[in-house]
Parts: sequence; structure tokens; C-alpha cells
Amino acid sequence: MANQEYDAIVVGSGISGGWAAKELTEKGLKVLLLERGQNVEHVKDYHTATIGPWETNYRGRRSVEMIENHPVLRRDYVLNELNVDWWAHESDSPYVEEKPFDWYRGYQVGGRSLLWGRQSYRLGDIDFEANAKEGIAVDWPIRYKDLAPWYSHVEKFAGISGSRDGLAQLPDGEFQPPMDMNCVEKDVAARVKDHFKGSRHVTIGRVANITQPLEGRTNCQYRNKCWLGCPFGAYFSTQSSTLPAAMKTGNLTLRPWSIVHKLIYDKDSQRATGVEVLDAETNQTVEYKAKIIFLCASAFNSTAILMRTATDIWPEGLGSSSGELGHNVMDHHFRLGANGKVEGFDDKYYYGRRPTGIYIPRFRNINGDKRDYVRGFGYQGAASRQGWSREIAEINFGAPLKDAISEPGPWSMGITAFGEILPYHENTIKLSPDVKDKWGMSVLVMNAEIKENEMKMRQDMMNDAAEMLEAAGLKNVSKFDSGYTMGQGIHEMGTARMGRDPKSSVLNGNNQVWDAKNVFVTDGAAMTSAAAQNPSLTYMAMTARAVDFAVRELKNRNL
Amino acid sequence: MAMNRRDALKNMVLMMGGTMVGANVILTGCAPEDRIEGLDFSDSEIAYMDEIGEAIIPTTDTPGAKATGIGVFMATMVRETYNKEQQETWIRGLNEIRDGFKKEMGNDFMSGTVEQRTEYLNSLNRKGRDIENEDGPQYINMMKDLTLLGYFTSEIGATQQLRYVETPGRYDGCTDYTVGDKVWAI
Repeated sequence: MANQEYDAIVVGSGISGGWAAKELTEKGLKVLLLERGQNVEHVKDYHTATIGPWETNYRGRRSVEMIENHPVLRRDYVLNELNVDWWAHESDSPYVEEKPFDWYRGYQVGGRSLLWGRQSYRLGDIDFEANAKEGIAVDWPIRYKDLAPWYSHVEKFAGISGSRDGLAQLPDGEFQPPMDMNCVEKDVAARVKDHFKGSRHVTIGRVANITQPLEGRTNCQYRNKCWLGCPFGAYFSTQSSTLPAAMKTGNLTLRPWSIVHKLIYDKDSQRATGVEVLDAETNQTVEYKAKIIFLCASAFNSTAILMRTATDIWPEGLGSSSGELGHNVMDHHFRLGANGKVEGFDDKYYYGRRPTGIYIPRFRNINGDKRDYVRGFGYQGAASRQGWSREIAEINFGAPLKDAISEPGPWSMGITAFGEILPYHENTIKLSPDVKDKWGMSVLVMNAEIKENEMKMRQDMMNDAAEMLEAAGLKNVSKFDSGYTMGQGIHEMGTARMGRDPKSSVLNGNNQVWDAKNVFVTDGAAMTSAAAQNPSLTYMAMTARAVDFAVRELKNRNL
Repeated sequence: MAMNRRDALKNMVLMMGGTMVGANVILTGCAPEDRIEGLDFSDSEIAYMDEIGEAIIPTTDTPGAKATGIGVFMATMVRETYNKEQQETWIRGLNEIRDGFKKEMGNDFMSGTVEQRTEYLNSLNRKGRDIENEDGPQYINMMKDLTLLGYFTSEIGATQQLRYVETPGRYDGCTDYTVGDKVWAI
């Protein structure tokens, strides 16, 4: 039998778990990295990364069978024949929607680090102080200065390209050279800056795609097929970055097909002594022991593991003594904004497929601006020339049509807003008493929705988009609101929040579970508020910081 | 029908973390109805669909839709991505074009010239575009849709009629464009 005792166990191999594994092994700990799904080997298993569109069955569309088999995935862009097995299949892993919830999960080595949008932004003091200032939920137990050095640490290794803009609401970091804006975006940026007298900024998206090589990784080749896995290792993923670093130490054991059912809790020492694993292929139960455990199973699954742990002491699970385990579900609400046509620039085009767009950082409720809601939102967008799929109804079939759509159409630009959702105690997940997954484990029940603050914010998110595009000189500007379902942002956050008091938070300021100090939760579950920025970079920084703390505590024999 | 949802989505640059998600993708959010069981197309039907595609995107100084095997592509898409109602519309279209062409042009579609076929399909297209006319031949939009999709994502269409660069290697956000330069294939 294999060695069943480790210094540390990391549950989940996505963005957070990969970082935990790297940092722990580099500090000399023997680490077991558990992943519930299949292995995906870097490059070798990127089967569709380099094929031409003509080698696909449906050319980006979906078969009726795919649609029938994936009642959740079909709700959004995620259902695609090229990577359908990198998204968890709801037939094996269902969940219950007491209120509508779109849950898109990556159950394989690398998790959603293979699939993520790679936008990488720091949170700032405005974000960490907001709950306390507004008396909402509980105060974050940390401030920007606590995380800033760890943001720098992870940015340098992960490789974030972006421009330094000197904005308090979007702190600068250790960036590789930014990707370019195209000529229309540059023009729009200048006009927005001018019109709003420097209070609104259009910058290039800060993105975890490298513009300069890093160890074992080639700089971005501008193919924009990141979600199929990058043969150049040009975007940050567990496979391209943290896993090889952890492997190199000789201290890592990776075990795919390992579903962690619960932690083994020892009530005398008030510590977890290990994990109970269900082998997803054999259905056998295996136990592994370790001194410290990092839960990085993605927000809701980390919380579900806590909910199944130590139920003989706390019926609702480890961390439930706070009354907050499973509460405060957050995401980012979006799918609204504006677009318009750009006049001119007919003699300009671009070369290469840039894997990022422009970003407009938050400008509401800061610097003296005051709205009838709290918090704010940012925008992502892009300008481009239309391609062959544009509608030119008036042109006749035959050579005229063939020629017309073989040349680029006019420029257009669109921006989509991403807004903060407040942490509401009544937005919850819980374990279902009756519905089980393929492995007989209780599934999660979702009960979360956006409320008045978000609905008011959505008015601005749409109107401000149109106002900016009009100010930038675009024509036929139209607003859109395509509706938002909780979870659609694929930024699940909360349910095991950090705080200053064990009576109102699950984790302390070092991501330690108050009721089991050798258990750390460093994924989205830990978030005390959501901010408006894409959250993954914060999970990386939080994880590296918590590992540093944990290993020091271990050496000082406090764990 | 899916087209409405696509139109709705065209109003939105679908950005997930900065990535523009395939502008050509039709997102279908609702459950499909059944498909016609055992639907298949014979060799002669595929040859007929080849000529419909060729009439929409003909051979010029580059090959046309027929050279890309558009008939086989249409058959796959109709069989596997269309629901029953869409499949029935498609089949009705094949039959109506065959009958209507003969009535209008006096000879069989398959024995006509590409020019004749294009002319006839254009007359249907004008009717199909007329939103006031609910009886307009909706299948012509489907045929145009699958022809363009199949042709421009084919190896011939992407690399000979458009410009296809699998690995650009760099990004230049502001290049000069001269009329006549082709659009990037992807």
C-alpha cells in the first residue's frame, strides 16, 4: 500500500490548489494533491488545441444530443464540442436549484484553471474596507497591505501582462508588458478620458497570458484558443505553471479520481487528522493522514466537505458554529452593457487574435461619486471588424455575396459590465437530504438571488455603457440587458467567509478554520465580499499567504 | 427558433474574462424537440444539396461550396443539430425548390446552370427576407446559413477564400488595410 501519511494534503488541483501544492512542496513539505476527476497532462492531452475548424463536427454549434445531455451546460457558452469533457457533467454530478443557479464546474486535474477567462486584477483597500464602512456583513480581517506582497509574489510567477495605470481602485502589480489596444480602442480610450475629465479609464485587460517567456513557457502566440489548453503554456494554468513547479521539488504526489468525502476530525485535539477519500473509479474508501489540510476544491465544494465533517459534534458540519457556513453566496452579475458602430478606420485592421479585451475599472461610488446603491462595477469589451458571419441581407447570392463577406466589415465595439454582489446571509447552499450524485454523495441545493442593490446597479451598468460609447463617438449605440442568473459569472464566492470573530465567520484572517486550526480554506469560499474584479488572482495570493503562515506555524509547533 | 436567440445575442459582446466567445455560435438555451427518427440523405439528395450550396457560394477564382463537400456538411448539420420542426422545414425546402424551379425555369434544378439556380434561389431569398410575409420560405435562410458556415469554416474557404493563420505569433492592433484584403478566417 502506498504511503498514506503526508505533511500536507491539498484538496483540489485548480487555481488555488495548484498554488497550495507549489508553495507547500517548495517549502519542503511532502504533499498529497487530491483531484476528484481525471488527469489532464500538459500539452499531451490538449487534443483539440491545434485543429482547424474544418476538423470539428459542428463548427462551433451544438448537436441536439449535446443539448439533451447537458441541461445545465447548454445554458451558456460553455457547452462546446471541443472541450465538453472539461466541464462537469450534470448527469454524474447533479445539484438542486431552489432558485435558479448556473453551476459550471471543472472536475479534472487543473480544474477551471484550464478554462478560465484569465483576467487578473488586484482588489484594493476600497474593497477590503467596504463591509466595515457600510456596516454590511462582517469586516474583512485583512487589508490590502496584508495581501499586496502576495499579489506581487503570484503575479511574477503566474505571469500577468498589463499596464500600470496608477488607480487606487485597481492597484498596479508586477506586470509583464501589456498587450496592445487596437486603433479603435485607443481612440475610444482617449475620447472617454477627455470627456469624463480623467475620471473614467479604458485600459487593456490585465491577463494571465505572458508576453515574455517564463521558465518552461513560451510567450503568447495570439491564437486565442486558451480554453482548449495551450501547447505553448502561454496562459497560467495548474498544468503550465504550478504543477510542474511542485513536481520539480520531488515532494508532490498527485492522485486523480479522488473525491474527498469529508475530513477526519479529532475532537480531543480539535484538529483534522486526515481526509476520507472515495476513489471515483473503484468506489473504494481510502484514508490519508496529514498535519495540515488545504481545502481548494472550489468555493461550494470546499464548503460541502466542511458540511460533511464532524457532524457528530456540529450537525451542520465543521465551521457551522459560526452560523455562516453555506451562507453569503456571491458571484458577479453581468450580461448587460452597450454596443455601437464605429465610423471611419476603414483603412485599419489588426493582426493576431488577442486573448484579452479592454477593461474599464470601477468609477461609481468612489472619488466623491455617490449613487443610490453601494459598490460598483467594471467593464470588459473590445472593438473589432465584423467577419464573414455578418448579416448583409441585401446582397444577392453568388459571387457578389461571396466577395462581400470575404472582406472585413465595419468596426463595432461592445462593452459588458461586471458588478459586485453583496454578501447576503440568506443566499445559501446546503446539502440535499435526498438527492445523491453518481457516487452516492449528497448534492448541493442552491438558494441565492440578487436583490435591490444589484438591480439598481444594473441600471447604471447599462446606461453608463451607452453614455461612454456615445461620448466616444460611436453611432447607433444600443443598450442591452440579456438577464442574469446567479452563478453565470462562474465566480462562485462566499459560504465559508473570513472574519474577525468565530461567532460570525468560518475562517480567520489566515484562512484557518476557527474550529480546526490545521484546516485552511483558500479558494472563493473564503471571500468576505466579492468586489467587482475577477477574483482568481486574489485566490492565488490568499493561498500563497496562507501557506506561508501555515508552514511557519507548523515549524513553531503551533499546528 | 434559434435565430431569434442569436439575434438577441448579437446585441452583446459575450465576454467571459475578456475572451470573445465565438461570434458564430448559436446558443440554444431551450430543450430541443425530438428529431425525425432515422433521417438520412441519399447520394442524390447530397448531390442536390451540393448544387444548392454552389448556387449560393459559387466557384470564382477560388473554389465554391460544392468543392468543400457542402452537401455532406448540410446533411450532418440537419441530421444532428436541427430539431424536428427545423428538419421538416429543411425537407420541405428541398421539395419546394425542386418543384418551384421546374415550374419557373422549365427544366430540372439538376440540369440547370449555376446561374439559373442562383437566380432562382435569389428570388426565394427576396421572399424569405420579407418579414411581413409569414409564408416566406424560411428554409432559404437555413440554406444560406449552413452554406456560409460550412464554406467559410472549411479548409478551402478558410485558407483560399479567407486568410487563415493558425499561429499568428504576435499581435498588431493597428495594421493598414487595403480594400480587397480578405478577412481573417478565425
